Amino acid sequence: MRWNSNLLVPVAALALCATGLAQTPRYNFGRAATPEEIRSYGVLVGPAGKELPPGRGSAKEGAPIYAQKCAACHGKNGEGTKVGPDVVGGKGTLASAHPVRTPGSFFPYATTIWSYIKSGMPANKPGSLSDDEVYALTAYLLSLDEIVKESDVLDAQSLPKVRMPNRNGFVPTVPVWPEAPAQRRQYP
Amino acid sequence: MSSKKSDRRRFLKASTALAAGALGAKSGLAAEAANEPKAGPRNYANLGERSRFVTTARKDDYLNRLYPSKKVTPLQDLMGIITPASLHFVANHSVPPDVDPREYRLLIHGMVDRPMTFTLDDLQRMPSDSRIYFVECNGNGAPGKHGMSTARPEKTTSENVQDIHGRTSCSEWTGVPLSVVLNEVGVQKGASWIVSEGYDSQKYSHSLPLSKAMDDVLLAYGQNGEPVRPEQGYPVRLLAPGFQGPESVKWLRQIKVVDEPYVTREEISMHSYLSPNLQGKARWFHFEMPPKSVILRPAMGQQLPGKGYYEITGLAWSGGGAIRRVEISVDGGRSWKDAKLQEPVLRFAHTRFRFNWTWNGEETVILSRCTDERGTVQPALAEFSKRLGAPKDFWRTSSVFHFNAIQPWKIERDGKVTDAMEL
Ligand code: HEC
Repeated sequence: MRWNSNLLVPVAALALCATGLAQTPRYNFGRAATPEEIRSYGVLVGPAGKELPPGRGSAKEGAPIYAQKCAACHGKNGEGTKVGPDVVGGKGTLASAHPVRTPGSFFPYATTIWSYIKSGMPANKPGSLSDDEVYALTAYLLSLDEIVKESDVLDAQSLPKVRMPNRNGFVPTVPVWPEAPAQRRQYP
Repeated sequence: MSSKKSDRRRFLKASTALAAGALGAKSGLAAEAANEPKAGPRNYANLGERSRFVTTARKDDYLNRLYPSKKVTPLQDLMGIITPASLHFVANHSVPPDVDPREYRLLIHGMVDRPMTFTLDDLQRMPSDSRIYFVECNGNGAPGKHGMSTARPEKTTSENVQDIHGRTSCSEWTGVPLSVVLNEVGVQKGASWIVSEGYDSQKYSHSLPLSKAMDDVLLAYGQNGEPVRPEQGYPVRLLAPGFQGPESVKWLRQIKVVDEPYVTREEISMHSYLSPNLQGKARWFHFEMPPKSVILRPAMGQQLPGKGYYEITGLAWSGGGAIRRVEISVDGGRSWKDAKLQEPVLRFAHTRFRFNWTWNGEETVILSRCTDERGTVQPALAEFSKRLGAPKDFWRTSSVFHFNAIQPWKIERDGKVTDAMEL
């Protein structure tokens, strides 16, 4: 609680500790959420893929879906158009003078691609894809970058295990806050 | 100053003359009475409006074909430290939702003892707090905005200071501290992050360290005394003070308490960046905005009517806390003098600075440089580039976020003010 004036800090700090220890509701607003209700909000998927739903798909199945629902904005082969960015390519360019950042070249986890396609794509009709379609489309994009094979099946188990080329491409390796002064100085 | 401003000054002079005339001799009164303003409206609107002579407004930032265009704040016209909600910048990555407050539900779940949903009424009945905080886009003032870079996403030409730096705004935000609400659901041991999602078309999502969430983050429903505006996240948004704007998720839909950052597409594709000293690696989860100051009058896009007195004024702010000092140079950086900081000087808020200056009519460059409570000093471009390891031509093709290099404005002999950032 750092916004307070110096005088108030000890009191505020005490209040914070009390919150940390007590963990009992004090105001009794809000309602318990049922499992169905939680499910109705859809999933937020982390790198471990714990929340990934059942379903499956391969690049082979993804290709026709891509042609029908994605190519208009991202190009026939994922090269991008005036409307949508390139979604393939860029391998080995990140350290060059002209880095090309795509899901295949830049994203550290395949779960990031899955989640975004699921919640945000196609941009003109977000949220309209089935889980199977999203697995298949993720597999298709990854196959164009030769990260998975055309016949590989992606599902809740295999997707988080996909080894993305740029898995270790981010600093600091373990993000934290607050950052130590030395770390703050290291990166502008 | 803009021609608009000098018009206003002329207008003020005219009205002073009028008052003097009225007190003085009768002669000339009839002629001056012609300057008497017409009567205003017979009744006031219940939702007040500004004078029809006031024209300051936001401008379009670069256009996106799919989403409503982004907007930049007319910083050069602001007074004091508060940005009116109608002038607050907008940088959304999606189509905003039209949320009915009666239908609104916020779900909080994940590593908690009691997963719960909250209505707007629930949140507004909990203990509230109001605090003045800036929100700044992480790409504000980025090199591309200085007209050199061809890098995405800031491919535009800038006409004035608003185009370059107008992605920061400062409001009084009212809401319930997130720590209070997290206490209601009971955060479990082992939890270390939260991931938040909005009700917008793309279901924008971002991760935040639990340490910050429990510290000073607000679930804000009020902005400058009224409900948060739709484009700012109505009815409820996160407000993570001092952190880059993207952390403050709007139209808040759900918060999941988790044990690692969720590495969402926005935080990778949009909010991480490669820089030369990292040799192909990228900086991610870069939360705090660095100390920055900008002179807003005189500034690019304005025209000084002639030599004489000018108040140099602008804003300074830092994600590191409060601004301690702003220095001004009116001789291209050879000498520096302290500007006066206008109270209140608040942590994570815009701070107004003022400096008296008499322009001798010669060409010069004016600059401002701020220092925050940690002692971090706003760097000159050369120093910023050095820390980044950026070669000389780097800025032509590349861009970075959190760009806070000192902004030099060149005053030409004819009074024209231009951007002298030499990228
Ligand atoms: C109407 C145009 C449109 C359609 C159709 C569309 N996209 Fe997109 N897509 C976009 C735009 C625009 C972006 C960038 C969004 C942004 O920057 O906020 C994007 C971004 C993406 C990204 C993230 C790329 C990155 O590097 O961050 C992926 C992955 C993606 N789309 C996949 C798909 C898939 C798969 C489909 C088909 C189901 C699809 N898109 C259909 C317009 C479209």
